[in-house]
Amino acid sequence: MFKQKYLSIAVTVFLFAVMFLAGSFRYTGFFSLQVILNLLIDNAFLLIVAVGMTFVIVTGGIDLSVGSVIALTTMMSASLVQEHGWPPAVVIPLMLVIGSLFGWVMGAIIHYFKIQPFIVTLAGMFLARGLCYVISINTITIDDAFYTKMAQTKIHLPGGSFISISVIIALVVIAAGIYIAHYTRLGRNIYALGGSEQSALLMGLPVARTKIAVYTLSGFCSALAGVVFTFYMLSGYGLHAMGLELDAIASVVIGGTLLTGGVGYIFGTFFGVLIQGVIQTIISFEGTLSSWWTKIVIGLLLFLFILFQRVLSARQATQKL
Amino acid sequence: MSTVDGQEREPILQMSGIYKHFPGVKALNNVSFRLFPGEVHALMGENGAGKSTLIKVLTGVYSIDQGAVTLSGRHVAIHSPLEAQAAGISTVYQEVNLCPNLTVAENIFIGREPRRFGRILWKEMNRKAEQLLRERLQLGIDVTQPLYMYSVAIQQLVAIARALNISAKVLILDEPTSSLDRNEVEQLFKIMRKLKEDGLAILFVTHFLDQVYEISERITILRNGEFVGEYEAAQLPRIELVSKMIGKELELLGELPKAGGEGRAEAKESLIEAIGLGRKGAIEPFDLLIGKGEVVSLAGLLGSGRTEMARLFFGADRPDQGQLLLKDSPGAVHSPRQAIDAGIAFCPENRKTEGIIDDLTVRENIVLAMQATRGWMRRIPRKKQDELADQYIKALNINPPNPEHLVKNLSGGNQQKVILARWLLTQPKLLILDEPTRGIDVGAKAEIQKLVLSLARQGMSVLFVSSELEEVVRVSDRIVVLRDRKKVKEMQEDIGQQQVMQAIAGG
Repeated sequence: MFKQKYLSIAVTVFLFAVMFLAGSFRYTGFFSLQVILNLLIDNAFLLIVAVGMTFVIVTGGIDLSVGSVIALTTMMSASLVQEHGWPPAVVIPLMLVIGSLFGWVMGAIIHYFKIQPFIVTLAGMFLARGLCYVISINTITIDDAFYTKMAQTKIHLPGGSFISISVIIALVVIAAGIYIAHYTRLGRNIYALGGSEQSALLMGLPVARTKIAVYTLSGFCSALAGVVFTFYMLSGYGLHAMGLELDAIASVVIGGTLLTGGVGYIFGTFFGVLIQGVIQTIISFEGTLSSWWTKIVIGLLLFLFILFQRVLSARQATQKL
Repeated sequence: MSTVDGQEREPILQMSGIYKHFPGVKALNNVSFRLFPGEVHALMGENGAGKSTLIKVLTGVYSIDQGAVTLSGRHVAIHSPLEAQAAGISTVYQEVNLCPNLTVAENIFIGREPRRFGRILWKEMNRKAEQLLRERLQLGIDVTQPLYMYSVAIQQLVAIARALNISAKVLILDEPTSSLDRNEVEQLFKIMRKLKEDGLAILFVTHFLDQVYEISERITILRNGEFVGEYEAAQLPRIELVSKMIGKELELLGELPKAGGEGRAEAKESLIEAIGLGRKGAIEPFDLLIGKGEVVSLAGLLGSGRTEMARLFFGADRPDQGQLLLKDSPGAVHSPRQAIDAGIAFCPENRKTEGIIDDLTVRENIVLAMQATRGWMRRIPRKKQDELADQYIKALNINPPNPEHLVKNLSGGNQQKVILARWLLTQPKLLILDEPTRGIDVGAKAEIQKLVLSLARQGMSVLFVSSELEEVVRVSDRIVVLRDRKKVKEMQEDIGQQQVMQAIAGG
């Protein structure tokens, strides 16, 4: 039986397929495995951030700090590796710890002081972005051997196409995300929290722990995305990943996750990111269009998806067994 | 069915000498309660009697100030809902406290899912859930569907299944039937009887008298936070139950002189008429005609549908059948906006959340509705505002008589007068007062009652909702009695408290 709860995801996947096919008919050279793989290569960091964001939004929260945390991670990594000569083996784990800690603190403030996630993570966003400029106001270019190797290594697949190491990391994160969401108590508690916090509390679920864990997870994902972004850009800069939090939120919503919480799938988010990527690719194939058209199309898509979800949930309300 | 003999058996739950007070209120004052295995025990009381406080104490939401709770003969101290569950006390609340987005199986098992190496075993969980629902509740549903797909009745059964799975010894059902229809109630009762036979002790809170007598063996009555008594249901006539809940001895009531209605109850020109007006789950269809200058009261116990009926007259809720006809103006009332335009004013029951605006002054609160009817573009001049405020402060005897006083610093009775003044200013044809005297002192009560009578003499119609019979009888030309969300009687002449009480009790 096709369950109604998968309808939203089916629409996302269908939309992606339609866009990809449209591009394939219109442009020569569009229909190839490598074009799809390039979507992953260019959006690996977005995929990673969006996984963390999906968890946050499923609880009914939001995390605006992710873009800034990415920038801060690139900045700190570049500074430590390049200017202080720290080994990457120390820097990368340190970044992940700092990112998680940052998320943990925001989560604790949100829960214990009962402050809107929007405001707390907005403050986190300004804080992390500002800290970048304390390190340097300029770009710090990285020429460390490990980082360049990570950036340039191509993993060849049968058939002549290739992916980057970042893609592997992103795919692992997505697989882990799906496992956590559906096969662990933490994951189910996250969904319960998004369904009704009051009920979760009365059912004896660990609400405080779950809520803080979600922001910690998002902080971790942001830091990991920051590391991947450093591989991608080979530099640290305070203006990196400007507005990326909004791209991540858009991907999550287009992927079928309800902003009100309780409903959403990592798998949908995956396609949400790919849809953003495919729009960009179409625009670059078109050649004459400004890249701002990506934002326009994403904006329209978001409107459509939010309306679509509204209609779906209105129908669900009237349709009982 | 044999009657439960409380004296010989050992209660599973015993609460004795329970005290709980909140700032300014004695919520529970030396209350005792006993619950035996294999019985359904009804907890009865009007609003503010202490029922919900007692349940919250039992489920660990509140802690008690004084008193002892024993469960299966052992002293227990319950500090949180989790501890209550662990001790074997489970509660199913009126609004189902489950997660609608999760599947039925998850809602039963979440927090205790079967796992191997940390991985949730979905198949096993679904199988167990299905088995539990089928064997103990005779319910065969697809447990992999999200909970929101099912009716409230089934959601409630799922909540009960969750409680049973935590191996409950005591099951508290807090107003479980208030949003169920007749068949669903039947089904729930069948299950309650079966659980009772299994030896479960069930504490049943409801305001439906019929249901109390249908399912429960014993009844404990609370009133104003005090323990009134514990009775065998079979030996407590309805009328006595009602009088114990309301707190008036029948003999005494019979002697009270009737104050209302001198010469006012002549044939009146009609103002508004409800024909077959009803709303599913709120109130069954009813006819009611309100005449000009008439005071019509709605009497009934808490939850009998009084407020729901009043809200339909104001257009605050949409009726799903019938119509509301205004005599003077054509067209029906569909929204509060239209109601206000048609000259209907509504003072809601909960003045704190729906009536006054705390941080505005008395004057600002008073002119609010008038300003709204004029439209925001045509501001009432300050001088006019002062005049009006002064006039009504004097007329209604609002204390302190200072229009610039913040409303939040007034007493409850005076706040109520401010709301009254606000609506009187719009010179309504029909004034709906929902519990206007709740929680205010006796003096202020009398003043508001007097005011209602004088307004009616000036030709205003009043729809008066109150849970205090004495007051209802005093002010009304006509009393409409409601029971279990149905209009059961309309009384016009020779209204006495005893007749009203009998009508409320029914049966």
